Amino acid sequence: MAKLALAATSGKGCKILLGLRVLAFLATLSAAIVMGLNKETKTFVVGNVGNTPIKATFTAKFQHTPAFVFFVVANVMVSFHNLLMIALQIFGGKKDLTGFRLLSVAILDMLNVTLISAAANAAAFMAEVGKNGNKHARWDKICDRFATYCDHGAGALIAAFAGVVLMLIISAVTISRLVQPNKCCSTAATPSVVP
Amino acid sequence: MVKLTQRLGGLVLRFAAFCAALGAVIAMITSRERSSFFVLSLVARYSDLAAFKYFVIANAIVSVYSFLVLFLPKESLLWKFVVVLDLMVTMLLTSSLSAAVAVAQVGKRGNANAGWLPICGQVPRFCDQITGALIAGLVALILYVFLLIFSIHSVVDPFLLRKS
Repeated sequence: MAKLALAATSGKGCKILLGLRVLAFLATLSAAIVMGLNKETKTFVVGNVGNTPIKATFTAKFQHTPAFVFFVVANVMVSFHNLLMIALQIFGGKKDLTGFRLLSVAILDMLNVTLISAAANAAAFMAEVGKNGNKHARWDKICDRFATYCDHGAGALIAAFAGVVLMLIISAVTISRLVQPNKCCSTAATPSVVP
Repeated sequence: MVKLTQRLGGLVLRFAAFCAALGAVIAMITSRERSSFFVLSLVARYSDLAAFKYFVIANAIVSVYSFLVLFLPKESLLWKFVVVLDLMVTMLLTSSLSAAVAVAQVGKRGNANAGWLPICGQVPRFCDQITGALIAGLVALILYVFLLIFSIHSVVDPFLLRKS
């Protein structure tokens, strides 16, 4: 814990934080894009009239499941938050409200950690129901028929969970910066809150 | 005087969160209903769905953690660690609640595109108890978000102001 705080106060710590934020931005954005473009159409034979088979076309879209819609929206929001923080760190280093700024960045990071973890978990459990079905509720699994849809969804989920871990580390670093404010992300040498 | 009311407020919040998480666990564990559907008999239990099992386990962990932190002495050095643990516990709560709500929503409305029928029509009392457990989980989550901000304020802010 002390080593983390020490690393967060050095100049190198700022670059590490920036790198982590870029990674988290890329992870959540790719999760949102892959799930947002997730769609598969397949034609099945549903019956026979005499000798001619009747075909019906079924589509699996991410909009059919509310949990996946929440997943896409939440990932877009978290990637936008990371983009905003990156821009703030690169371009906004000359502001004077360092005490308030550190606290608001920490609180926003915490809120986004909870948001992305909620979205990733909801989508993961819905995907588990879709993959294995549920005997007790008599829900059939859909992954044996829509294999590509399930694979793309799994990829998006993995990216989102990577984003969860990264956001947790970023949030821990930001909170530890509250304890010992460092000098790299604000040009004012001491916080103006200290009397 | 201010420190005493602060500490008392923190204790009250944590005790309320402990009660809410414990209530969620108990409500979900005791939800079980049997219904007959022609010759088929359907027994609905919380353990049929993986998301509900995760919800029970997560809220049980949260209630045990809250109970233990209630007895932490005031001058202990572990209070900084409590801030980090509060963040992780909030993440646990929100993930378990959102997973359980996602699956319960399918149970209530079904999913027409996947051919999944809703089950709440056959086991209404089970559904009501699950809803109650989820509401208790939501209350525990909100209380923990307040506790997180409160912990950061009481552990971190005094340091920022005293450092000169």
